[in-house]
Amino acid sequence: MNDAIRVVVIGNGMVGHHFLEALATGPAAGRAQVTAFCEEPRVAYDRVHLTEFFSGRDADALSLVESGFYERHGIRVLIGDPAVAIDRDARTVTAQSGTLVPYDKLVLATGSYPFVPPIPGHDREHCFVYRTIEDLEAIRAAAGSAEVGAVVGGGLLGLEAAKALKDLGLQTHVVEFAPRLMAVQVDAGGGALLREQIESLGVQVHTGKNTQAIEDGASRRHRMRFADGAEIETDVVLFSAGIRPRDQLARDCDLAVGERGGIVIDDHCRTSDPDVYAIGECALWGGRIFGLVAPGYRMAAVAADAIAGGGEAFTGADMSTKLKLMGVDVASIGDAQGTAPGAREYVYVDGLHGLYKKIVVDAEGRKLLGAVLVGDAADYGTLLQYRLNDMALPEHPDALILPRRDGDDLPGLGVAALPDSAQICSCHNVSKGQLCAAVAEGATTLGALKECTKAGTGCGGCAVLVGQVLNAELEKLGLEVCTDICEHFPHTRQELYHLVRVNQIKSFHELQTRHGRGNGGCDICKPAVASILASCWNEHVLDRRHAGLQDTNDRYLGNLQKNGTYSIVPRIAGGEITPDKLIALGEVARRYDLYTKITGGQRIDLFGARVEQLPQIWEELIAAGFETGHAYGKAVRTVKSCVGNTWCRYGVDDSVGLALEIEHRYKGLRSPHKLKFAVSGCTRECAEAQSKDVGVIATEHGWNLYVCGNGGMRPRHADLFATDLERDTLIRYIDRFLMFYVRTADRLQRTSTWFESLDGGLDYLRAVVIDDSLGIGAQLEEEMAAVIGSYQCEWKTAVSDPEKRKLFRPFVNSDRPDEQVVFVREREQIRPAREEELEEGLPA
Amino acid sequence: MTASTVQSAGVDAALRWLDICGLDDLPYDAGVAALLEPGDGSTRQIALFRIEDSEQVYAIANRDPFSHANVLGRGILCWTQGQPAVASPVLKQHFLLSDGRCIEDESVRIQVFPVRVHDGRVAVGVAES
Ligand code: SRM
Ligand SMILES: Cc1cc2nc3c(=O)[nH]c(=O)nc-3n(C[C@H](O)[C@H](O)[C@H](O)COP(=O)(O)OP(=O)(O)OC[C@H]3O[C@@H](n4cnc5c(N)ncnc54)[C@H](O)[C@@H]3O)c2cc1C
Ligand code: SF4
Ligand code: FES
Repeated sequence: MNDAIRVVVIGNGMVGHHFLEALATGPAAGRAQVTAFCEEPRVAYDRVHLTEFFSGRDADALSLVESGFYERHGIRVLIGDPAVAIDRDARTVTAQSGTLVPYDKLVLATGSYPFVPPIPGHDREHCFVYRTIEDLEAIRAAAGSAEVGAVVGGGLLGLEAAKALKDLGLQTHVVEFAPRLMAVQVDAGGGALLREQIESLGVQVHTGKNTQAIEDGASRRHRMRFADGAEIETDVVLFSAGIRPRDQLARDCDLAVGERGGIVIDDHCRTSDPDVYAIGECALWGGRIFGLVAPGYRMAAVAADAIAGGGEAFTGADMSTKLKLMGVDVASIGDAQGTAPGAREYVYVDGLHGLYKKIVVDAEGRKLLGAVLVGDAADYGTLLQYRLNDMALPEHPDALILPRRDGDDLPGLGVAALPDSAQICSCHNVSKGQLCAAVAEGATTLGALKECTKAGTGCGGCAVLVGQVLNAELEKLGLEVCTDICEHFPHTRQELYHLVRVNQIKSFHELQTRHGRGNGGCDICKPAVASILASCWNEHVLDRRHAGLQDTNDRYLGNLQKNGTYSIVPRIAGGEITPDKLIALGEVARRYDLYTKITGGQRIDLFGARVEQLPQIWEELIAAGFETGHAYGKAVRTVKSCVGNTWCRYGVDDSVGLALEIEHRYKGLRSPHKLKFAVSGCTRECAEAQSKDVGVIATEHGWNLYVCGNGGMRPRHADLFATDLERDTLIRYIDRFLMFYVRTADRLQRTSTWFESLDGGLDYLRAVVIDDSLGIGAQLEEEMAAVIGSYQCEWKTAVSDPEKRKLFRPFVNSDRPDEQVVFVREREQIRPAREEELEEGLPA
Repeated sequence: MTASTVQSAGVDAALRWLDICGLDDLPYDAGVAALLEPGDGSTRQIALFRIEDSEQVYAIANRDPFSHANVLGRGILCWTQGQPAVASPVLKQHFLLSDGRCIEDESVRIQVFPVRVHDGRVAVGVAES
């Protein structure tokens, strides 16, 4: 084709790749013959989330390139072969390998390099920068033999690097030349608070420190000497002292560059040569370099449009940022330092909770110019919108940062006040109007909205606001805030329970066909329906039609561990176990080399069994008299007991005996969430019954019953429900209480949260259970009797049924175990090998 | 019996079909792991998913890119916006079975493989090298 254009892109970083995408999906797609120079050993990856490399996201997972993308679009990528020269007269680019590539349009997307201050000793071993995957690999290797690390630079990136060092287990220092942290984005007050918070996490902050030399240390590898005479010793030094544009190629071919670096571009991202473009961190627009990815993406779109003959313009970018640094929210908007003439400030400080909020407004107090938030950045989205859209401030602007109490809403605030043109997502340039249109066209869940508009899928900073726009729009469209369990059923869990019970529905498929929406299910409705079916009919969870509905723990009747193996918890009712059984358990654990630990629930957990080992192990456990402990299920877990009056000199009743009775009565009951019980033999309460879903404490005259306690994330003290009960009444109340909970709770709602949402509270619950105010008492007891009567040890059934045993094969076409499961020994037992151990040559 | 072929995005090279198992060996509306051995000495773990009792079968990599455990075949089969996906059993991220895209994190995509169901057998395609 004679109107083909040869496009050459130098640099395959975030912005370079975005450009390739924009070009490939734009109007010039058919005409462009594209070659991309990629200096790094791999194609573009997500530098913004680079630090996640340390928390296990490998290079593949960081990749920005869909597999097959370059092939599909015929883009030639020269991996590991950097461009070394540009000849603008001949219109060619020379690669290091010698290849000569001709171009019609050239795009420079060379990014920037980390600035390393020319301190003597800066080039010693174990001194690093933080920019590429290779940098991080080197840092991780060095950290293996190090105890102390120091980061030079207390800006945004420096603090992120410090967090990474800390997570690698190093004692960490941050050294900053300026008198405060994040001097560019945050003012003095915010910086002081940030420092306090970061120091409280164990990172030592040294501000106002000018490093003069790095030399041999006495106790550590390096000593850093500062101008004021102070010094610290460290094993690793990480420079994060700013970035410099990579403009050497441009300089060499005489393109205009800025005084302090950066390739000069116009509003269409053209350099001083109209056939050469520059985008991303190497480009200088309006005298500024933009060190963030969103403006770079915008430039990429503009350049791709220009090459296709369009006229889009780059008009600058907002440099506001919001991030979480070591768990501390920090945000900075616009003129954070309040430098505009006549600017006025409002500041709110809460020393107790570590909050600092400041807004900068214009002289008339009408427009927001900037803001700084530390400790709580929830208001970021709203404040940013005020600034970006020049919205009129409320009469008392300080209301924007003062704590809101008693739910009083702010005047004129909220997404409803935003104009349609307001940009909500700056990464993907999505406006409020576009979001509203997408909602109107049917994207009525957050997931759908993100998928079709891409809003919220970049840095994620706008997610809250996107959610607010969604809710506001749904409300406008007259859609109530939805209580449906998920997109597949227009019902709550409670409604589904009734439909199953009343219509005698026995399978997910049947429920879906009769009462579902569309077809199929998901990981929300499937396990919820599986649990309802089990509560009602108690069929085996691995029956053909039920197996695929179960969460992995229920599907494999074990608890999934981080490396894909399972743990095994046999029932040890009441925590009572004979020496023989204890020995048998030990022998099985030894035979299969399982990690063995006493749980917090008075039983024993055996870890590290591979899927295909589970049936064999259980066969042996069953032979030794054990049964499943349902540690994997939303089901009755444990009934904890204290030793009681059999042995204890204070005990007033047989708590172990009652615990055993209760545990065997309710074992196998599946419920909206897990259930934990305890029985104590006297008021000293050694079994901690008042922190359980059902707790029983012996009294001189019978048993006191407590309900709806919780340990865990949000502990709740149980309520005293009834006193001095004799055994039969006690059991009847528990039957009714449990079944009423199973009927009415939401999915994954423990009894404590269920209780708190129950209208009428304790009195109502007592009326239903004790006085039978709803007239359902007998029914509840019957339903419970059916569950108790249909109990089977799930493992016993599973190992004796060949079809169910098949579910535990490692592979459908092979019996070889997964050889990527690797253990190492620690304290005489196995544990999963860590990522770095796997990389260091253990079989992978 | 009709042959149903599910083609993954971006695969247009010549394919060689490797027989994996019988259609009836696959569990109902769920996943299972399998080994893919093209015969060049390499072995890969894949996960196969069968939609209910149909001949619609998908193949994706078995490795969960977030936890690095080989477990995707043990995740729950989900439908999101009319498309089949699997929820990782470890940390619950969702991957589309059609193209491997992670719904929670666009930058992550796992490999998908073409599947052919013919005469009650399931075969997975690998690019001819
Ligand atoms: C093994 C054990 C820790 C231990 O080594 O001691 C444990 C291990 C897990 N707990 Fe626990 N919890 C264990 C006792 C507890 C206790 C103590 C107790 O039961 O007396 C509590 C607080 C009491 C409570 O639940 O009210 C407890 C509160 C939690 C919670 C928070 C529940 C809540 O309502 O806030 C979770 C998360 C959840 O369920 O959503 C959890 C979840 C988990 C999970 C399932 C996390 C997971 O998804 O992998 C762990 C399973 C590991 C495994 O493979 O077995 N675990 N967990 C204990 C098993 C007890 C048993 O014999 O079955
Ligand atoms: C740890 C870290 C965290 C960050 N966090 C954020 C954040 O939260 N938010 C945000 O907005 N930004 C963040 N950034 C900044 C963001 O990553 C950059 O703005 C973005 O990567 C710029 O893209 P770019 O393509 O211009 O440069 P780069 O991504 O650096 O790409 C340039 C590429 O060009 C290559 N190259 C250079 N010269 C040549 C040559 N001659 N031949 C061939 N190839 C060449 C380089 O090797 C490089 O791969 C972060 C950066 C880092 C390092
Ligand atoms: S406390 Fe957390 S880490 Fe420990 S076992 Fe329980 S869930 Fe797992
Ligand atoms: S602003 Fe970054 S994802 Fe929306």
